[in-house]
Amino acid sequence: MSKPHAIIIGAGFTGTATAHDLALRGFDVTVVERGDICNGTSGRTHGLLHCGGRYAVKDQESAIECIDENMILRKIVPSVIEPNGGLFIALNDKDMLYRESFIQGCESCHIPLEELTPEQALRLEPNINPKVLTAFLIPDGTFDPLRLALSFAATAKKNGAKFRTYTEVKGLLVDGKGTVVGVKATERRTNQPVEIRADVVVNATGAWAGEITEMAGAKVPIKPTPGVMVAYEGRFVQRAVNRLDKPGDGDIVLPQRRMVVVGTTSFEIEDLDYVPVLEDHVELMLERGAELIPAIRTAKVRGKYMATRPLIGSGEGRSAARTFKCYDHKETDNVDGLVTITGGKATTLRAMAEKTADIVCGKFGMNVPCSTKELPLISYRQYYLLP
Amino acid sequence: MSKTKWNIILRVSRQKDGEQPHFDEFNLEVDPDEYVLDAVERVWAFMDRTVCFRHACHHSTCGACGMLVNGVEKLTCITYIRDVTQNGAKLTVQPLRNFPVISDLAVDMGSLYSRLEIVGARSVLPVPEAEVEKPASSWPKEDQQYIRLADCIECGLCISACPSAATSGEYLGPAVLAGLQANALKYKSLPFNLADSQDGVWRCHSAFECTEVCPSFVDPARRIMNLRSQIIRERLSGLFRKA
Repeated sequence: MSKPHAIIIGAGFTGTATAHDLALRGFDVTVVERGDICNGTSGRTHGLLHCGGRYAVKDQESAIECIDENMILRKIVPSVIEPNGGLFIALNDKDMLYRESFIQGCESCHIPLEELTPEQALRLEPNINPKVLTAFLIPDGTFDPLRLALSFAATAKKNGAKFRTYTEVKGLLVDGKGTVVGVKATERRTNQPVEIRADVVVNATGAWAGEITEMAGAKVPIKPTPGVMVAYEGRFVQRAVNRLDKPGDGDIVLPQRRMVVVGTTSFEIEDLDYVPVLEDHVELMLERGAELIPAIRTAKVRGKYMATRPLIGSGEGRSAARTFKCYDHKETDNVDGLVTITGGKATTLRAMAEKTADIVCGKFGMNVPCSTKELPLISYRQYYLLP
Repeated sequence: MSKTKWNIILRVSRQKDGEQPHFDEFNLEVDPDEYVLDAVERVWAFMDRTVCFRHACHHSTCGACGMLVNGVEKLTCITYIRDVTQNGAKLTVQPLRNFPVISDLAVDMGSLYSRLEIVGARSVLPVPEAEVEKPASSWPKEDQQYIRLADCIECGLCISACPSAATSGEYLGPAVLAGLQANALKYKSLPFNLADSQDGVWRCHSAFECTEVCPSFVDPARRIMNLRSQIIRERLSGLFRKA
């Protein structure tokens, strides 16, 4: 029997990671992407390799996913990661009230942590707010968003996956029984329509997932939720610095090359294809970022930008769980041939792909184990070099 | 952002398969404190879905959105519209030079990536080794443990601006030689021989355009000059070794 053909719509984090996993499990894979790799949410990710500390109190499922995947990514793709760890710092009495539940949360999610005195913290990171009351050392990191996705894409390509970029899906091909059997798309390079047939279509379009499922008359409970980030010139810290409190706006500052990036906010929108960077959110990033690292107040802005998170479910903004979900639309909407993966976070991209590939394999009665936890990825540059 | 709005004409270079390049003009209302990339992205979102361009991070860490802005190499995600045009005026975007055009503003930088692979340019390195102006030996020992992403974002701006790259497609180019310089050279090793060849450091005509356009503080010209002096030193001491 020839290999089943899977089309993956979207070449962001989930699309490239799923291409990698499905190629290893014996699928012919074609990734269809309307722009170039990572042109949507994934490319504009803050870049925090989460250790799970942020979610350890209220969203432990996400926290455990984060710490486990953090450790895996450090091993399989070190060439795109600044692995220097992170700090959670308390600056006032309210932050100190969060201390106990933070320790308990991290312990129950097996997130290693070490409490430092203010003097120790300032010795490690002299540019954090000198009013620091306590600090926890945790295994955060920073990653390069585009090159993280490219590493997965390159390895997928090496294993036979094909990438058709600048190809915008306009509709789904459906057979007489209502089963999805491929995609209708427009090649942006030539402005020509094209049809691609497949045995299964994986919708890995993140915040845009609802637009694809709508084409099949299926539904996913996605709430696109943008946030604003601001990059400043100056590598003031070597570690990601988080506010010791429940997740809020502008409470993470991370180093990246010669910059620090402050993020993020949370709001809702109508039009997904272009979201403006709101000026009051930029000002808030300065205020909140400077509380953690005072030097940000006088630093030069390098770039102001936004990304749209794909949040799942009914929770509002910050209260929504950050875990991911994979839907077989045969089960949820009686539409066969279509699987949607969405939600989640950049840090959990590999786990999202594993779950998706498990479900896709199940649909074909294939019992092939996942091998992406151990397998080192090849150089991201190979994406551009392999045929 | 400011409350002022400008009306500009964005001239976008268009080139599909087999076509000659030409310009399409789009009338846009912009905030002068937006970036050039925001304007291009809005053309795609609301006016013409066939415009092709590369972009990802929108804050100068990925290197995907390099273009010619009014004829000069710029990373468009950090180039303010205010700095490159004025209210009522035109703003021209074109693909980078010295690379084949894939479509419109997107170019194929395969030649750059392949050479970076050959010389083993590092994408992450210890913090002290990442800095060109501060010698690694002057850093406290504990800083050696920190790893960071390299300054070079592999955007291709230096290759596009380099007059030597324009005349020879075989020239390794500024970004690649800078990547070599950041690795310690070993005499007579493969990278040493590549650097010490007609397509290596000796092809550079010291125009310094690379450093002029580099958006990421790599200073390729200075690194090329440093490589030359390393090579001459090695060659001279090589003569004495033979004797």
